[in-house]
Amino acid sequence: MARWKIERLPAPIWMRPLIPIAAIIVTFLLTSLLLLLAKANPFTAFYNFLIAPLSNSVSAIEVLVKATPLLFTGAAVTFAFAAGYWNIGAEGQLYAGAIAAAAMGISVKGLPPVLAILLMIAAGFAAGMAWALIPALLKIKLAVDEVVTTLLMNTVILFFVSFLLNGVWRDPISGWPQSPTIANEAIFPKLIPMARLHLGFILAWIVIGIVYLVLRRSALGLRMRSIGLNPEAARFAGVNVNRTILTAALVSGGIAGLAGMSEVAGIQYHLIDAISPGYGYTGIIAATLGGLNPLGVGLASLFIGLIETGAQSVSRAMGVPIYLGNVVEAALLLVTLSMLILQNYRIRRS
Amino acid sequence: MVAVEMKGITKRFGAVTANKQIDFDLRQGEIQGLLGENGAGKTTLMRILYGLYRADEGQILVNGKTAAIHSPHQAIQNGIGMVTQHFALVPTLTVAENVALGYTHGFQINPKSLQKEVGDAAERFGIEVDPAALVRHLSVGERQRVEILKSLYRHARILILDEPTAVLVPQETEMLFQTLVRLRQDGMSLIFISHHLNEVMEICDRITVLRDGRVVGTVDKAGTSQAELARMMVGRDTFGVVRQEDTCGNVPILRIIDLSAFDKKGLPALRNVNLEVCQNEILGLAGVSGNGQTELSQVLAGMLKPSSGKVLVGDKDLTHANPAEVAACGVGRIPEDRHNSLVGELSVAENLALEDLAHFTQHGLMDSKAIQANAVKLIGEYQIKASPNDRVHTLSGGNMQKVLLARALVNNPRVVIASQPTRGLDVGATEYVRSRLLDQRKTGSAVLLISEDLDEIIALSDRVAVIYEGRIMGLVQAREVTVEQLGLMMSGALEVQNG
Repeated sequence: MARWKIERLPAPIWMRPLIPIAAIIVTFLLTSLLLLLAKANPFTAFYNFLIAPLSNSVSAIEVLVKATPLLFTGAAVTFAFAAGYWNIGAEGQLYAGAIAAAAMGISVKGLPPVLAILLMIAAGFAAGMAWALIPALLKIKLAVDEVVTTLLMNTVILFFVSFLLNGVWRDPISGWPQSPTIANEAIFPKLIPMARLHLGFILAWIVIGIVYLVLRRSALGLRMRSIGLNPEAARFAGVNVNRTILTAALVSGGIAGLAGMSEVAGIQYHLIDAISPGYGYTGIIAATLGGLNPLGVGLASLFIGLIETGAQSVSRAMGVPIYLGNVVEAALLLVTLSMLILQNYRIRRS
Repeated sequence: MVAVEMKGITKRFGAVTANKQIDFDLRQGEIQGLLGENGAGKTTLMRILYGLYRADEGQILVNGKTAAIHSPHQAIQNGIGMVTQHFALVPTLTVAENVALGYTHGFQINPKSLQKEVGDAAERFGIEVDPAALVRHLSVGERQRVEILKSLYRHARILILDEPTAVLVPQETEMLFQTLVRLRQDGMSLIFISHHLNEVMEICDRITVLRDGRVVGTVDKAGTSQAELARMMVGRDTFGVVRQEDTCGNVPILRIIDLSAFDKKGLPALRNVNLEVCQNEILGLAGVSGNGQTELSQVLAGMLKPSSGKVLVGDKDLTHANPAEVAACGVGRIPEDRHNSLVGELSVAENLALEDLAHFTQHGLMDSKAIQANAVKLIGEYQIKASPNDRVHTLSGGNMQKVLLARALVNNPRVVIASQPTRGLDVGATEYVRSRLLDQRKTGSAVLLISEDLDEIIALSDRVAVIYEGRIMGLVQAREVTVEQLGLMMSGALEVQNG
C-alpha cells in the first residue's frame, strides 16, 4: 500500500510569482458556484473583478488610492512584527493620527503649505506613537500580552472619536458628526489633476523604503530581527531587548498614525467616524501576504487595493449584492495566505 | 520474572546515534533507576519503549512475548505507562475527567459515577488526590500524581517516570517516593529516570547507567555507591589535548564573592559561592548537572540577577551588569545552551557581528563589507565549516560552537566563562575547543571551565572546584586529585576545606 507523507520543503523561489495567479484560479473555482447562485456569469464577474479596474484610468487610479492607507498600515505592522512585537493596534493608531491631523489641519491656517504639510506629518506620527505607548510600556514593564492590549486600545479610540464628533467637534455649519474642515494649506496636493490620488501615496512609498532600509541595513534592524527570531539569544549577545521593542512599537504606531493623517489630509479633509473601514486590520493581511518583506508588503497592498476596487465594480456592473464582491475578496485573500504557507510543504510517497 | 526486555536497541537521528545496541531489562516488582547525563540516551530509550519513537534496530519483549510498540496506544495496550516532565493535563477539567479522558465508554458521561470510579481507583493505588478538584488548582506534585493515576487507570503494570523529581520541591519528592514504594509493593515495575545520584540510591533496587548512548553497566543498589555511579556516569575516553605547562598566575581577575541566586522555579540554586580565578589559570568547576552550574554561568553572563553577593572582574563590579556590559568589560562567554545563544535564522556573519554591533555601524547603517570581512576572517581562524551567509541553524553542533567561540574570544577577553563547552561535540571539535581554551590561558585570560566531564576538567584545569546543590564542596589542585575523590565530592559525600 502506498503511504504518503507531508514533509517540509520550501518551494523554489521561481514559483513565488506564480502564487497570486494560482490563487486566483483556485478562488475562481471555489466561488463560481456562489456567483452562479446569484445568477452572475463567473467569467464576467472575474473580468470585472481583476481586469476591469485596470482597463480605464479612473478606476486604475482608484486602485492606488485604496492601496495608500494599506501601504502605511502594512509597513507599520511589518515593522513591529519584525521585532516579534505583535501590534494588532494599527487601526487605533491610525485613528489617533487622524485626530491629530484634523486638529493640526485647522490650526495651520496661514502657514506656508510646505511647513503646514510637514507639521501634519509630524502630528500624525506623534499621535500614532502616543497611542502605541501604553501597550508597549505594559509589555516591557509588566510582560502584558500586546496582542490583547493593542487590540483593546482600538475600541477605546473609536469611542473617543465618537465622543469628539458628537460633542465638542461637531461641525457647527453642517451639523454632521464630523470635525471642521481643515485649512487649504494642510490639504495634500493631488498627483493627477481631477483625481483623488494624493501626496500620501508618494509618502507611503517613501515610508516603505525607509522601513526596508532600517530592517535590512541598519543596526537597529538587525537587533529587532534578532529579537523577533530568538529573544533569548539576542539578550545573550547584549541586545537591549526592552529598549529595542519599545522603539519598534512606537515607530510602528507612528507609521500607522501616518495612515490616518494621510486619509484626513488627502481624502476626507476632516475627521469622520468611518475614516477607516479596517485599514489597520487589512494592513496585517498585507504584511502577511508580503511575507513581512517591505517591498512585498507594497505589492500586497496594491493587490488588495485592486480586489477592493474590483469588489465594487463587480456589484456595480452586474447588479449583484456588494457583499458577494466582499465574499470573493475574502476568499481570494484566504486562498493566497494558505498558499503562502502550503508552498513550504510537499506530499511525497514514503 | 522479567516484565520488559529491550534487546539490541539502536536509534539514530540523522548523523547522531542516540542509542547504540542497548540491552535493558526490567524485573517485575522492582524500581530500576536509569541514570545518565543529559544526552546520554535515557529519554530516547524510554520514548522507544512507550512507542513515541521507533527503534532502527532491536526488539522489545513484554512479559516474555515480543511486542510491537509503534504508538503510545500500543504501549498502553501492553500495560506500559509513562509520566513525562511535561504533563498532558487539561487545566480546566477536573481530576476525574482528566484521568478518564480518552478512556471513557459510550457517548454519555455521568460526572458523579466518573468521580466515584476515579476516586476508587485512586484509593486502590494509594494515590492521594481529590477526583472532584480542578487540575488548575493543583500543585505540581499533585498534578504529577494525577498523571500517575492516569496510567494506572489504563491498567499499566509498567510505569516509566521521566525525571519526575526535576519539577518537585523536596517534600513533594518525599511523597512521590512513598507512592512509588507502595506501587512496588503491589507488584508493579517502575523505571525511574534521573541524574541525581542520591535519589537513585534512595529509591531504586537496581541501576542502569547510560553514557553516550551505550549501557555502561547495571548494578544492584546494595553493591554500589554514589561515587561509583558518578564515575560510571561521567567517565569518558580522554582525548589528546592536555595542559602542558604547570605554572599559573596568582593575580585574581575574576572574583565571585558570597554569590547566591534562585533558579527559574524560585528555589535556591547557588548558596554563598566564593571563587577566584587568576590570570593564566583555568579553574575547573565540576559537578553533576543541575547543581547550580547553569545559574552560575547565567549570573556571570549577565543573564540572571543574583539575590546576593558580588561578581568582580578586576576592580569592576559586574554584579548587576547586563550582558552587553559584561561583554564590554572583557568577559568572553561560551554558553551551555548553544541554540538559545545564536539566532538560528540569521546568518553566520550577522551572528558574529551581533555582540559588537556598534563596531560595525556607521551613522546607524550596518557596514556590510566590514561584517563580511569579519566573518571571513573568523571562519578561517576558527576553522568553521560554513560560509558567511549560511543560516546558523544549518550548521552542525560543532560548527555552531565554533561560531560562539569565535564571537566570545575575538577581542581577547580577560575572563572566559566556558559552560559545558564540549557537550555533544565529536572528537575533533572537542579537541579544537579544548586547545582554544588552553591558548586563551596562555595569553593571560582567567578561564572558568564549567563541565560535567571529569577527564576534561582534570586534563585542562590548574585548580578544580566542585559544586553540589549550589555549594562549593571544595577546591583542590588538579594534579593532586583523583577521579574517585572528585566523584565523592560531586555526590556530596566528601567536603574538602582547603586546596
